[in-house]
Amino acid sequence: MRDYAATGAPPESLSVGNSSDVVMARQLVRTLAQRTGLSLVHQTKLVTAASELGRNMLIHGGGGIVRAATVDDAGRTGVYVEFEDRGPGIADIELALTDGWTSGDGMGLGLSGARRLVDEFGIESGPDGTTVRIVKWGR
Amino acid sequence: MTDRVPILRIGDVLLVSIQVELEDQMVMDLQDDLSQRIVDTGARGVVIDISGLDVVDSFVGRMLATNAAISRMLGAETIVVGMRPAVAMTLVELGLSLKGVRTALNLERGLKLLRRLAAGPADRA
Repeated sequence: MRDYAATGAPPESLSVGNSSDVVMARQLVRTLAQRTGLSLVHQTKLVTAASELGRNMLIHGGGGIVRAATVDDAGRTGVYVEFEDRGPGIADIELALTDGWTSGDGMGLGLSGARRLVDEFGIESGPDGTTVRIVKWGR
Repeated sequence: MTDRVPILRIGDVLLVSIQVELEDQMVMDLQDDLSQRIVDTGARGVVIDISGLDVVDSFVGRMLATNAAISRMLGAETIVVGMRPAVAMTLVELGLSLKGVRTALNLERGLKLLRRLAAGPADRA
């Protein structure tokens, strides 16, 4: 996926270190989605995806940084959100993106479910951490 | 110290109306509180009103399913009411169909459904 972080407006960022920060991250993304003019259904899908990814980052990556910004591309406007952690990384990304696969006590829908809820989804993972980037476009 | 979701009792029904944004700890506490209240009150039904929630993610969805299963084992049926349309669309796309969780459009219909269930399986619509 394109590097929207480099092209869009300066992102708003938030450090996620506990579960109430996940709530704050949800609110940050919701406010931005509303400001960007996403429809209610699109807002709901994006905020839900952000909640899944924020919690994933907390549980598997030991927390990290959420950055969100409004982005434009070819006349479309959308919301870009990035989740960056310094955790141990994901050994097998394909496996982690499979429905129902879980390394913890979740339902295994975090990554795969979040990917279905957004228009663009990118993930990079290595021994130094994991970064997930998503975009939801307005109509 | 996090807030707790209040559980109200109306006859043999427990009513949980979630009006605030849920933190994970509140979700866990609700599970404990609700099962204890069912045992303490002998409630036959539980209605969980989620009309105040604009987001239900897999964690909260799992809580709803787990609560329904626990309550059933304790002799109480659970009805989830008030789901917003955008939340329903998101949950289905997320892959959470909440199998095993009975739902109703609103509180009134949820209470009606509970009465019907209490009347016996033959009366189920």
